[in-house]
Amino acid sequence: MDGLDGFIFSFFNLRVMVEYLPDIAAGFLLTVVLAVLVVISGLAAGLSLAVLRSFGVRPLNWLIIFTVDLFRALPSLVIIMLLFFGLPTAGISMSGFTATWLSLTLVLMSFSEEIFWAGITAVQKGQWEAARSTGLGYLGTLRLVVLPQAIRMTIPPLTNRAISITKGTALGSVVGVSEILGSAQSAMAFSSNPSPLTLGAIAYLILFVPMIGLGRWIEARFAWRR
Amino acid sequence: MADSIISARAIWKSFGELSVLKGIDLEVAEKELVFVIGPSGSGKSTLLRCLNRLEEPDSGSIRMDGTEILEKKVDINAVRRRIGMVFQSFNLYPHMSALGNVTLALRHVLGLPRDAAEARALAALERVGLADRVSHMPGQLSGGQQQRVAIARAIAMEPRVVLFDEPTSALDPELVGSVLQVMRDLRESGMTMVVVSHEMAFARAAADRVVFMADGEKLEEGPPASIFGNPRHERTQAFIRQIERH
Repeated sequence: MDGLDGFIFSFFNLRVMVEYLPDIAAGFLLTVVLAVLVVISGLAAGLSLAVLRSFGVRPLNWLIIFTVDLFRALPSLVIIMLLFFGLPTAGISMSGFTATWLSLTLVLMSFSEEIFWAGITAVQKGQWEAARSTGLGYLGTLRLVVLPQAIRMTIPPLTNRAISITKGTALGSVVGVSEILGSAQSAMAFSSNPSPLTLGAIAYLILFVPMIGLGRWIEARFAWRR
Repeated sequence: MADSIISARAIWKSFGELSVLKGIDLEVAEKELVFVIGPSGSGKSTLLRCLNRLEEPDSGSIRMDGTEILEKKVDINAVRRRIGMVFQSFNLYPHMSALGNVTLALRHVLGLPRDAAEARALAALERVGLADRVSHMPGQLSGGQQQRVAIARAIAMEPRVVLFDEPTSALDPELVGSVLQVMRDLRESGMTMVVVSHEMAFARAAADRVVFMADGEKLEEGPPASIFGNPRHERTQAFIRQIERH
């Protein structure tokens, strides 16, 4: 077997690919589910923390800043392993899926809280004053006037962050989650051939290229003429 | 003088070490147009912002229709519902159309249903001459048009009084006229107004009373003819001379 044939046999082995396609497809679905859950819960938690922070309660804000800095500093993989391997010794055990979801949610929450917070503080004071002067309350002003502007401003960094965190779903493979990478790895082990990894890479492209496109579309859709 | 809508007494306000208002009194009667003039830094905008508590006075009393609004337990949102405010920098909501800007408080503060809110907002926009711009976004409007939307936003709430904080200072000169015309129409319709502005010609023509402030104090007040024609205080005289030169 010369070099090119060897390369094709290793990475584009059709027989192996066909055999393990259903496994990779199942991993693809699991990745999509995990990614969607992480993005929804992470952004919702981040936005909630940013809103809480806007109330300006000192001790609460210190707690928020501490939490957010902690999860921004720790590598996602470390958090996943702490939750999955560490917590059971304290009597709390969770599935690999839950540990991965929770870890990535905490990380996305922390980064998006900072982004939402930056957006809220970037809305001009005059916007608050105009709304409050009509008799609108604090929460009404936040919800109807400030957040719509803050979120629009923060869509580019938020979509970037959401895309990068969903790539972290691959870390689930370490704690036995059969998402794309996990299912590709076990297929590789069973078949003794790395072609399933090629399939996995293709699956990631199929997932993320449209997601990047969606991010761009959202950015364009929510930009408004000033 | 008719009954006061606003009666502010001995208002003190400082920012850190700096005393901005030093025991100011201000009365505003029903249907009156009160003009507040004075050199920059005299505290006139701060005084205006104290009237709806965008700035919190350190001490003093502000009664509106007989109710003390500086008390802790007062519902400030209910008070502000009846005090419109127009800002120097318009402060329109950039993510909403002209109509959306005007209907927001009608729907979410007064609780009007969408149809009723829109009908009232359209009437207000018509009053400021912008019936043909209702679906424009603020960014698509000139400064003068934006300020007129902001006036429509204030008057659609049918307030007891409208506060104008340098409403024409951010406008190109050729756009000032349209805003002043709207204010003149409002005045003729009997709207009570307190205006902080440098538009002296407008003050002469439209104001019932002119208040001259300097260094956080009210130095003089009276009908425009006497303030501009025969100012008593030397600071007023100097200020008027300065303005007339331009």
